[in-house]
Formats: sequence, structure tokens, C-alpha cells
Amino acid sequence: MIITCPYCGARSHSEFTYRGDATAVRPAMDNTSIEDHAAYVFDRKNPAGLHRELWNHTGGCRMHVVVTRDTVTHEVVSCEPIGPFAEQLKKDAEA
Amino acid sequence: MTRRYSAWAIAKNALRGNRDWRPAWRKPEPKKAYDVIIVGGGGHGLSTAFYLAHVHGIKNVAVVEKGYLGSGNIGRNTTIVRSNYRLTPNSAFYEKSMTLWRELSHTLNYNVMFSPRGVLNLAHTPGQMDKYAERGNQMRLMGVQSELLDRDQVARLNPGLDVSGSARFPIEGGLLQPDAGNARHDAVAWGYARGADRLGVDILENTELTGFLREGDKVVGIEAQRGGETVEICAQKVGVTVAGSTGKVMALAGVEHLPIESTVLQAFVSESVKPLVPNVITFGAGHLYVSQSDKGGLVFGGNIDYFNSYAQRGNLPVWEEVISEMLAMFPNFARLRLLRSWGGVMDMSMDGSPIITTGPLPGMYLNCGWCYGGFKATPASGWCFAHTIANDQPHALNSAFTLERFKEGNPIDELGAGPTPWYH
Repeated sequence: MIITCPYCGARSHSEFTYRGDATAVRPAMDNTSIEDHAAYVFDRKNPAGLHRELWNHTGGCRMHVVVTRDTVTHEVVSCEPIGPFAEQLKKDAEA
Repeated sequence: MTRRYSAWAIAKNALRGNRDWRPAWRKPEPKKAYDVIIVGGGGHGLSTAFYLAHVHGIKNVAVVEKGYLGSGNIGRNTTIVRSNYRLTPNSAFYEKSMTLWRELSHTLNYNVMFSPRGVLNLAHTPGQMDKYAERGNQMRLMGVQSELLDRDQVARLNPGLDVSGSARFPIEGGLLQPDAGNARHDAVAWGYARGADRLGVDILENTELTGFLREGDKVVGIEAQRGGETVEICAQKVGVTVAGSTGKVMALAGVEHLPIESTVLQAFVSESVKPLVPNVITFGAGHLYVSQSDKGGLVFGGNIDYFNSYAQRGNLPVWEEVISEMLAMFPNFARLRLLRSWGGVMDMSMDGSPIITTGPLPGMYLNCGWCYGGFKATPASGWCFAHTIANDQPHALNSAFTLERFKEGNPIDELGAGPTPWYH
């Protein structure tokens, strides 16, 4: 699999570390529901098809990226930057 | 007609020109309704059906399989049978499986070629030896055999191993479970299928589940595609044992989220050679397990491909990792040619331990989360799942394998890796 890192370009997936489902959202800090927190930590949709997931480019820029990938064909559809550096990347592109 | 396999039956049929053998299981048409439908005709589904009929007398049972028997993980694993666990629920459960394995060929009247050749975990550091001593003691406390071996004992057992100080990861010793070993994976599927069929269970191959019949919340049957037609089959109880497809099948019942992620695990086999590896050997400085099949091929595997996957094929970086680990132990294997590799879809649970439970819907029973250790569990999984379905409550051996344990803070995390299914 080739993942096109927004910072480094196209690289083998062996340079990256898998960090799991990117759609799990941490409940708000004032949410005290055990169910909601347990669901965030443990429950996954586990789709057969497109899956949004976090990868870290450990063998490159060490940035986290969100990869959209087909779990049936292993086709990588997109790779997006996240976090504060994503904003910078956007500004750099516009400049 | 010959039903029971025996030396007498072989002799008698040889004299009659072998005309009287019949297929090991029938190809029945589905009935309108069954007491129990098992979705998934893999090892666990077939063993569940067998024990439902054999132990609980529930014989009006159908097993629904989308492909042919042996096409899934029961025909794709590395055939290792062991019970060298640390945590009590796992030790007790897998040791139950060992007791069933020992008698399985007799129970089924089918040779599953169970071969207790010993499983040897190699240690490469003094710290790892201490850990194995602890593990061995824990196993013995649970009634599981274990022996701590020093380097010389390991070398005597396995002359092909590189036990020199110049090895990439010099071997200190190892922990041996002497009564663990291998079994012939296809024979397990075929033996359970034949055993269940002889007790009246209908095995419906090439029948793909497309939905569940519902009365309100309750599951009252299934809808399936069979020979291009849609069939509806009613059942009082529906058990789901579909391993890597758990997410897909449960979504058909409206259960969108589970503590399961599917990943692909690859396995490899080399060309056949004369006896080289007498035990099942695991590498302690990485993750690799190797044994030699009765045909002579070295069967081995390592880690899963870390990411979510429903593809029954993997990627090359895992080949490199697995093969380099193998050569660190056995440098002479570099001269062997790789014959085949393949992949199976694993149902990785959030704590690395399985789920065998009633629910999550009324009328439904769920058996999943086998990670990549489901083969050795085949007898006990079916035995416990049959008990759970027949009695509407778990047996003591699987009472800890619930869906709720995560929420309750009672995960059974053998590795201590936390909710990262790709690391278990």
C-alpha cells in the first residue's frame, strides 16, 4: 500500500504506524456517562469498505494523518493532514 | 452402507470394490424451521452444532455457510493447539479445549490427526526466562503442563536451531508445553461436519445470510441467498459464529458497533523437506510461530497486518518481518523455497480474548473475538456456545467472555496491550 503523506509525498505504508479508527469521538469532559466513554474506547463500526483511520508517519515527518482506505481492496482513497500543522499547510499552499 | 469408520469397514469395503462409501455429510435442502440455526459453517459453527446434538440432544439444527466447508479460517490457520495462558478465564477455557482435543478423534470417529508434539516458546534474555518461569508456574497452578528448559535442553530438542552466542537474538532457553501441538485443520472441519450430520444436523453450504427475520426486537430466523433464490428459514434461536465477518453479519441485525475490528493475518508454507522441526516453536524476540506439517512443509506465521482489513490477502512488509524472524532462529531455512502464502480475516477483540454470550438481541447468541487464536479453541468454543444456546445462559467456562466486560472494566487482556486490537 502507498500512502501519500501531505507533508512528505507518496511513501510505503511500512513507514507509517497504524493508530486506529479516526471516527471515534471522545465524549465531552463533563459527560459522565460510563456508556458513552466505554463506547468511545471499545466500540467500533468495523466497516467492510471505506474506513477513516489515523496513521502516524513514524518513519518520516512523524505527523498524524487521516487516511481513507477501502478495507476490502486496500485502496487508499485519500490522506489528509490534521491538527495545527494542517492549518499551516493550508496557508503555505495559499501563499 | 458404511457409516462408521473402522479397520473392519476399510477391509469390508476393499473386498466390495469400495462401492459402499457414502459422502461424509449430506447436501440437504433447508427445512422451513429449525430449533437452532448456526450462522457460519467454520470450525466453531460446526463444533457448536455437533455439541448441541451430541451433548444437549438438540438435533433440529441447521448450519448456514456462505461458501464450502473449510473455505474460511478453519482452512487457513497454522493448526496450533495449546493452552499456555496466564489469566484464569483463558487458562480454564483453553485447558477444557485440550481435554476435548485429546479425545476428539474418538468422539467424532474421524481422525483429526491431533499431534501433541509440544509447543516451545523461546526466551532470548534472562528477564524473559524469569517471565517464562512465572508463566510456567501459573500454568501449573491451573493444571496445565509446563517445563522450563535451559539452552542445552532446547538445543537437544531442536538441533536445527541456532543456539550460538552469535545468533541475532541468542537463545537463553524456553518454556515448553509438552502436551500441546498440532491437529489437521481440514479434518477438524470435516470431522465435526460429519459428526453433526450423523446426528441429524442439516449443513447448508453455499447459503449466504442476507438478513435476519425479526418479530420486534427478537430474532426469529434468517433470510439467505441459496442457488440464486432467497430463502427464509425460521428458528427459535440463532447463533452467530462468523469470525472476521462478525461486523458485516451483525450490521444486518442492526448492531452497528462491537468491540471488534477485522484485520488480515497471513500464513506461509515452504516446500516439503525431511523432518526438521519436531515441535511448534515460537520466536521470543518478535512474533513468529513455526511447525512442520505431516507433508513436510514448514508452516509459519507472525503478526497480523496491523490495519483493518476484510481482504483475504496481505501486504509484503509482513512477509519481510516474518521471514527475517524465521531466519534469525533457523539460518539454514534461507535455502528453502516459499511455496504459498495466504491470508484470513481475523476478528480482533479489544482485549485479545473472545466473546461467547447470549444476545445482544433476544433470540440471538454471539460467538466472536477469536483474534488469531481461534483454531485451538474450536472444541471448547463449540462446547461452551452449545451450552449457552441450549440453556440460555453461559457455562462457568465462558461466563467471563461477555460483551459487557469492557464497559464494566473487566477486560481479559492477556498481553496488557489495552484497547488496541491490532496489537493483540
